[in-house]
Amino acid sequence: MSEPAGAVATPFDTASVQRDFPILERDVHGKRLVYLDSASSSQKPRAVLDAMEHHARHHYANVHRGVYAISEESTAAYEGARKKVARFLGARSWREIVFTKNVTEAINLVAYSWARANLREGDAVVVTEMEHHANIVPWHILAAERGVELRWLPITDDYRLDTGPLAELLDGAKLLAVSAMSNVLGTLNEIRPLADAAHAAGARILVDAAQAVPHMPVDVQGWDADFVGFTGHKMLGPTGIGGLWAREELLDAMPPFLGGGEMISDVRVDGFTPNELPWKFEAGTMPFVEASGLAAAIDYLDALGMDAVREHEKVLTGYTLEALAERFGDHLTIYGPRDVEARGGAISFLFDGIHAHDISQVLDEDAVCVRAGHHCAKPLMRVLGVSATTRASFYVYNDEADADALVESLATAEKFFAV
Amino acid sequence: MPGIEDLYREIILDHYRAPRNQGELPVPPARKAEGFNPLCGDEVVLYLDIDGETVRDVKISGQGCSISQASSSMMSAAVKGKPVGEARKLIRAFKALMSIHESKLEGDEEGDGEPGDALDGVRLGDLEALQGVVKFPVRIKCATLAWNTLQQGLDEAVDA
Repeated sequence: MSEPAGAVATPFDTASVQRDFPILERDVHGKRLVYLDSASSSQKPRAVLDAMEHHARHHYANVHRGVYAISEESTAAYEGARKKVARFLGARSWREIVFTKNVTEAINLVAYSWARANLREGDAVVVTEMEHHANIVPWHILAAERGVELRWLPITDDYRLDTGPLAELLDGAKLLAVSAMSNVLGTLNEIRPLADAAHAAGARILVDAAQAVPHMPVDVQGWDADFVGFTGHKMLGPTGIGGLWAREELLDAMPPFLGGGEMISDVRVDGFTPNELPWKFEAGTMPFVEASGLAAAIDYLDALGMDAVREHEKVLTGYTLEALAERFGDHLTIYGPRDVEARGGAISFLFDGIHAHDISQVLDEDAVCVRAGHHCAKPLMRVLGVSATTRASFYVYNDEADADALVESLATAEKFFAV
Repeated sequence: MPGIEDLYREIILDHYRAPRNQGELPVPPARKAEGFNPLCGDEVVLYLDIDGETVRDVKISGQGCSISQASSSMMSAAVKGKPVGEARKLIRAFKALMSIHESKLEGDEEGDGEPGDALDGVRLGDLEALQGVVKFPVRIKCATLAWNTLQQGLDEAVDA
């Protein structure tokens, strides 16, 4: 293999990061595991696995329930995780953090609670063509149920949001629902100007930050957002826990979403009184063991530094984009911005005449794990005029050897399917 | 571990590179059936010209991976000009080849046997090359997409 052009300097020691991830010790089909599907779900460092095991072994009891020591310890860990998330996202208060299962549930919470209380027939919701289904389907359901209009902000030929028609689309709209980073294109959307435009039109802004929170510093106040959804399993944490950040005054005014235990302060035969924030939105036993895992994930990311995480991925993405272009030229189309400043580390591509699934299958032979398909963004796929793409995505444990393995394996695949 | 050569047999790649019966038929008299694989975005559009009890002509359009494209192509070649009843037998036999035993779902213990049990004397010929797909479970849906779409098209033709 030829030496890549130009030294690749990343801001932390990736080799030592890799040693923190037990799964990277295994091989697949007798080869070193090259995990390039973190945009789908990230791997877990030992610290996260240990934190959950520790909670389950030593402090396991339901939270906010028992008047006994281990329940209080469990509760302290759970609420401690909430405070950690609040600080990590730049929230004003921990009361603004509602734990949910994932971003999908966070967006559904907003759609079922805030939107159904505030949107009437004839109101509009603006979504973008690059949204994940999680930020489309809840609005389709609302539109069908309430006669709300769904308006689409288009993308440009260079895979950015086309903000030209934004003001017109926002006229009469109640909500702008937008992703901070496209899970397909990698495009980073600058949230602050979008929030300003939404607010100027009297609309709220909901940000799907599933891909942003794991990979770069996020400041919900700096964004001036109203609702932000994030998920734990893409940021080194476990599955089953994510959350919604929203302005306290919005959460206060919103009716409950799921009804059940914990979300009430009183239940009578003639009705109920909801609990205070944020528990008003947390019905039933919450994934508190996973919350400890999420807290450990945030500690891990904090120790690396989110600026460094972003820098690391910029370097790796730039290196890979260059290597792909150099090796495959115009046989390979990259769907997303070329400028690493304008994008994150999710790279979607297609070979001329070779289906994404076939590519992915051959890559698996080399233990290279990538995602192939529509990435839960079918409206975007239609705009791109493709049915599926292959996507490689990076995280803190990836290095240039992983990028090289991707390129080599792609070369094998191209040869295999050559017409 | 199964190698990719089990999956991508030469005859499959041949059908993928040079798919048979590509195109469309005027609707009506032909009928159109569409099949989607929501997992990967594969899509088969099937045009069936059924004359009484015979599949007179078949055309296929749509897009998909090599397995779904090759399976569509092989299916079209296998059923074109055949009686509807024989096409249905082929569907059953092909699904058996993909280890989808209908009898198993009905609790029939004998469904565990060789695919031959369900073949009922049907000769699969080239289609047997697709048997390697069974070793790659996520790709079974790619292989069966065209066949499910055919079944749907035939059922609709009967209902009409």
